[in-house]
Amino acid sequence: MTLRVTRRQFFKLGAAGMATSSLAMMGFAPDSAVASIRHFKLTGAKITRSNCTYCSVGCGVLLYSRGDAAINNVDNIYHVEGDPDHPVSRGSLCPKGAGLLDYIQSESRLRYPEVREPGSNEWKRISWDEALDRIARLMKDDRDANFEVRDSVGDTVNRWTTTGMLAASASSNETAYCTQKIVRSLGMVVLDNQARV
Amino acid sequence: MRGSQVNQQDIIARSATKVPSPQVRSGNVERVTKLIDVTRCIGCKACQVACSEWNDLRDEVGECVGVYDNPLDLTPDSWQVMRFNEFEDEQGNLEWLIRKDNCMHCADPGCLAACPAPGAIVQYANGIVDFNSEHCIGCGYCVTGCPFDVPRISEVDGKSYKCTLCSDRVFNGLEPACVKSCPTGSIMFGTREDMLDLADTRTDFLKSRGHENAGIYNPEGVDGTHVIYVLKHADRPQLYNDLPENPSISPMVSTWKGVAKPLASAAIGLAALTGFFHYVAAGPNEHGEEDEQAVRDDEAREREREHSQREEQP
Amino acid sequence: MTNHWVDIRNADVILTMGGNPAEAHPVGFRWVMEAREHNNARLVVVDPRFNRTAAVADYYAEIRTGTDIAFLGGLINYLIESDQYQRDYVLAYTDASLIVSPEFGFEDGLFTGHDAESGGYDKSSWQYEYDDDGHAMRDETLRHPRCVFQLMRQHYSRYSLELVSSICGTPQDKIQHVWDMLAETAAPDKTLTILYALGWTQHSIGSQIIRTGAIVQLLLGNMGMRGGGVNALRGHSNIQGLTDLGLLSNLLPGYMSLPSHDEQDYEEYILQRARTPLLPDEVSYWRHYERFHVSLMKAWYGDAATEDNNWCFDWLPKLGVPLYDILHTFERMHKGEMTGYICQGFNPLAAFPHKHKSTEALSRLKFLVVIDPLRTETAEFWKNYGEFNDVDPAAIDTEVFRLPTTAFAEEDGSIVNSSRWLQWFWQAAPPPGEAKPDTAIMAGIFLRMKRLYEEEGGAFHEPILNLHWPYRRPEDPSPEELAREYNGWALEDVYDENRNLVVRAGQQIEDFGLLRADGSTACGCWIFAGCWTDRGNQMMRRDNSDPYGSGQTLGWAWAWPANRRILYNRASARPDGTPWAARKAVVWWDGERWVGNDVPDFPVTSAPDASQGPFIMNQTGRGQLFARDRMNEGPFPEHYEPFESPIDSNPLHPNNPLAKNNPGARVFAQDRENFGTSEEFPYAATSYRLTEHFHYWTMHNRLNAIAQPEKFVEIGAALAEELGIAKGDRVRVSSKRGHIDAVAVVTKRIRPLQVAGKTVHQVGIPLHWGFLGETRKSHLSNTLTPAVGDANTQTPEFKSFLVRVDKL
Repeated sequence: MTLRVTRRQFFKLGAAGMATSSLAMMGFAPDSAVASIRHFKLTGAKITRSNCTYCSVGCGVLLYSRGDAAINNVDNIYHVEGDPDHPVSRGSLCPKGAGLLDYIQSESRLRYPEVREPGSNEWKRISWDEALDRIARLMKDDRDANFEVRDSVGDTVNRWTTTGMLAASASSNETAYCTQKIVRSLGMVVLDNQARV
Repeated sequence: MRGSQVNQQDIIARSATKVPSPQVRSGNVERVTKLIDVTRCIGCKACQVACSEWNDLRDEVGECVGVYDNPLDLTPDSWQVMRFNEFEDEQGNLEWLIRKDNCMHCADPGCLAACPAPGAIVQYANGIVDFNSEHCIGCGYCVTGCPFDVPRISEVDGKSYKCTLCSDRVFNGLEPACVKSCPTGSIMFGTREDMLDLADTRTDFLKSRGHENAGIYNPEGVDGTHVIYVLKHADRPQLYNDLPENPSISPMVSTWKGVAKPLASAAIGLAALTGFFHYVAAGPNEHGEEDEQAVRDDEAREREREHSQREEQP
Repeated sequence: MTNHWVDIRNADVILTMGGNPAEAHPVGFRWVMEAREHNNARLVVVDPRFNRTAAVADYYAEIRTGTDIAFLGGLINYLIESDQYQRDYVLAYTDASLIVSPEFGFEDGLFTGHDAESGGYDKSSWQYEYDDDGHAMRDETLRHPRCVFQLMRQHYSRYSLELVSSICGTPQDKIQHVWDMLAETAAPDKTLTILYALGWTQHSIGSQIIRTGAIVQLLLGNMGMRGGGVNALRGHSNIQGLTDLGLLSNLLPGYMSLPSHDEQDYEEYILQRARTPLLPDEVSYWRHYERFHVSLMKAWYGDAATEDNNWCFDWLPKLGVPLYDILHTFERMHKGEMTGYICQGFNPLAAFPHKHKSTEALSRLKFLVVIDPLRTETAEFWKNYGEFNDVDPAAIDTEVFRLPTTAFAEEDGSIVNSSRWLQWFWQAAPPPGEAKPDTAIMAGIFLRMKRLYEEEGGAFHEPILNLHWPYRRPEDPSPEELAREYNGWALEDVYDENRNLVVRAGQQIEDFGLLRADGSTACGCWIFAGCWTDRGNQMMRRDNSDPYGSGQTLGWAWAWPANRRILYNRASARPDGTPWAARKAVVWWDGERWVGNDVPDFPVTSAPDASQGPFIMNQTGRGQLFARDRMNEGPFPEHYEPFESPIDSNPLHPNNPLAKNNPGARVFAQDRENFGTSEEFPYAATSYRLTEHFHYWTMHNRLNAIAQPEKFVEIGAALAEELGIAKGDRVRVSSKRGHIDAVAVVTKRIRPLQVAGKTVHQVGIPLHWGFLGETRKSHLSNTLTPAVGDANTQTPEFKSFLVRVDKL
């Protein structure tokens, strides 16, 4: 936009402070005075189709991120709104869906593995390898100690009941399937998800 | 019908500005309207959250005072709130009246009429009344001038804020964020004509369901609003958390607009205006010192801004 | 849902009961609004509170929490006695005409077979009467005194308007008004949809409440119809998918089930599940169970699963109890019988009943692993948060791991919504910090355990070492690979009965009809077969066209089963194959096959004169008014009081204490001791969601914290006045199990009820807020709730318990 009068010139025309306003009142407002519409924040955004992670309506959402997934860029989601193509939600969202951005960007998001040692009062950051090695060891020790090949009447049961798992009803089918497959191969029967409650 | 119609040349009114804006191209700009059918509103606050998300607002986390309302009132960081009201009629039938409260985008905007800062408040040909914060001096006259008690002055930057009807989205052919989010279709958006038609349809529907007093809230006192309501009790808008029955711009503001503004000379010093509007807002001479302080603060801000401008453009 | 979200718009009457969709599913609720406006539908709300749904309803009736069977049982009685049921539908499509065993009976609140000592039932008498071929006997006149219709009629004849009102606390005129509105849909061209959620499931009689709703819908002829159905509004984005994939203690994918310890023989295991028709020539689709089962075992164990080893039958764990559900597990954990626990995106400390018990239980674990995108109360159960979590960390020896996982926006995959649509979604950004997808975390743990077993040996390691793990990056299986696997593929060329080649080896399976029991196919979840075929990922489809205006949008994503949008849709047509009503048409017989605006839920060439029933998963082909032995507390739903009830006896059986509460329920001794009485805790409480929040997640989101920042409870104006409580006062709500402090929302929307001659007040307790996040810190609501579950599912009774209220 070309300004007929630059902002600096404008301020110089009048005296300081409110006199400026008075002059403007007489019709000397620069163009910038009317350029009130905010920059359109979606310009140039990458749009990714997704589904809301909360309830079971499964509303379509569009995730707007800065960055084009180029190798030197870490994309960042900065806006979420409804997908107007979605036959159920048709672009609308509830207050949870409309606030999805603050979940994605929440201060409470976990960033690295941690352990709280027995009796300790704090978290300690550890590596993924340490975390998974330790968990696998704890699980195997318990499984080896408590796996039941036969029950008290001699029936083959091949089950593990002393370590259990809760699966996540906000996780994907792929996570769920992978979890189910692993858990049953271990002989685990203590398994539930939010559908139980 | 929306699209790029809202451009700079389509400003039809501008606060404290005598010279008219170019308006030739406004002839075919259709006015837009947001329709809020409170009879379809479930008070979910999706609109409220979507508004804050789109506008990058994050208000303080408040507290519960024993009602569903939160935030309790409009703030510089909450440009709309839901107001809940439990109403029992004469027969003891309970209704939960829930109203989305936000700027009404009056056809005759009292805020704009009252604003002494040139270009701080503008009205586009499509009817949106927008605050141009860059030019706001934080005097609070818009608050006084508003018959709906909508604008709020920020303690952070001393500027006035309110719903823009997502002028940025509308400029780019989209509906406002609140409209898009609304799960129940309580909030609709389109041309004024279409929305008035839809409001009629909705009113007819309500009447067919026995709500004889259903009707449209589009008050004449401000030449109609670009945010209109469909109410079940259109005969008693005050049931909806004191929605004013006959809103109008304060006569003091009208006087200023009708008489004082054309004078527009240095003879009208700002101090005089301050006193004038203070009278409108609070009666005579109760907080004069604060007003003077506000003027001094404004002057300081302007000086600071000019100073920084100078540094940016050596 | 038997139907789907958009289909709600086709309803003529919508009943929300046991759910508050405006609150919990606002966007799905849109279609209720559309039905009202464009289909002239009426919305009826029956709920303890005048809630957000009621705010826009055509009619609201209050009800005491936990008494829905009485309300609907009375409706069944009313429909039958006033002849307002769809007789043709009932006769053709339900088991009304089937004759029940003479051994079956019901007396003073108990069905035959009750064992007063153990408290359970011997269910052997809960059967039809069968002929020599094993087929149920019938009486098409419905006059036989032991036909299902007459027994049902007799059963509900006790549910008079007066008695129902006395149990529910709903005024008689309101009950009658609701019954009349619902009864209108007995007309063949009118449909009622029932929308329910956890307000029906979270009771000790939850499953039977839902069954009562299903009976009503069968009597009104609303199953399989456009705008009809019994529609569970599932709570979480993929709770449907996790149920479908069987992540519940006793299930395998596709509603198959693990063997019980006494099912030692593979063939017996299959026979029990491959259900044969109970009427001649019915479809009884579960008879193909073995095809689905063998295909699953091939997907899991690959070449190791052979006919010779019964497809690794013994590698499946066998259940020692019917369910290792969460109540059972926390009881064992509390007794110190558990070593480890893994919480993947689940916050049990906040979500399970009786929080103090949960804290003690978790403290007795050796290790706890929490896999979550967010901080959770569970992961920090050992940390002292003052009055809100008053524990001594030094006294808790549990080793706790907290592993960061991706959120939805940072991964590819699919989720199943309540409409049974599998919708694929795409990653938009990388996860924060070092967070990993759950699949990589699970694979990481598994591969490490496998390596330890390879190196060290150990307990029964064959299933671990032989688990089929064909993923290109074993430590990080891709969503695409996993999805293709649960869809299934042919391991060898597959032929039909005429020796025509139907699938080549290596090809993806198009539908579950192609699965085989001979090991030639692999399929991880048979009901998902068709979601990823050789034509590609069907879950990605995004064609929203709706050419029939029916709202089915068959090109959007993919619905199980077989992309079918309305279940049992054969019932949308009369027995002769023509639609009950043109405006309700879904599928119809065109002379050669079933066609329509949905994928027929029926053998497509089964002509109407073959008279196969529309409920093809049932052994009778019909809707089951009589549940036989499938339910734990009886074949007909009966009202029993919540375990914490504000009244002293069951008004239906005032003199039989055994019939006060659900006789089929399982109650642990310690939990029973922790039930309160109405003398000490006089008010009926119910817990629920608010629309501004999602459980214990959104309190971490600033925007949602702003919208509803602080814990409150809802108290009726009359009770508040009695207790001297004003709006905004702080109150303490206590149950036998603990207390929470909250702000009082005093409201006209909760009214006192007259129940069995006594005034009962109800208190509403939103479940949100905790001691973490952006909202104001608070106690967890589940401090208050009792640890007792539904007799069939063990879903806790979160919706009905007793409290007292004190002003602070």
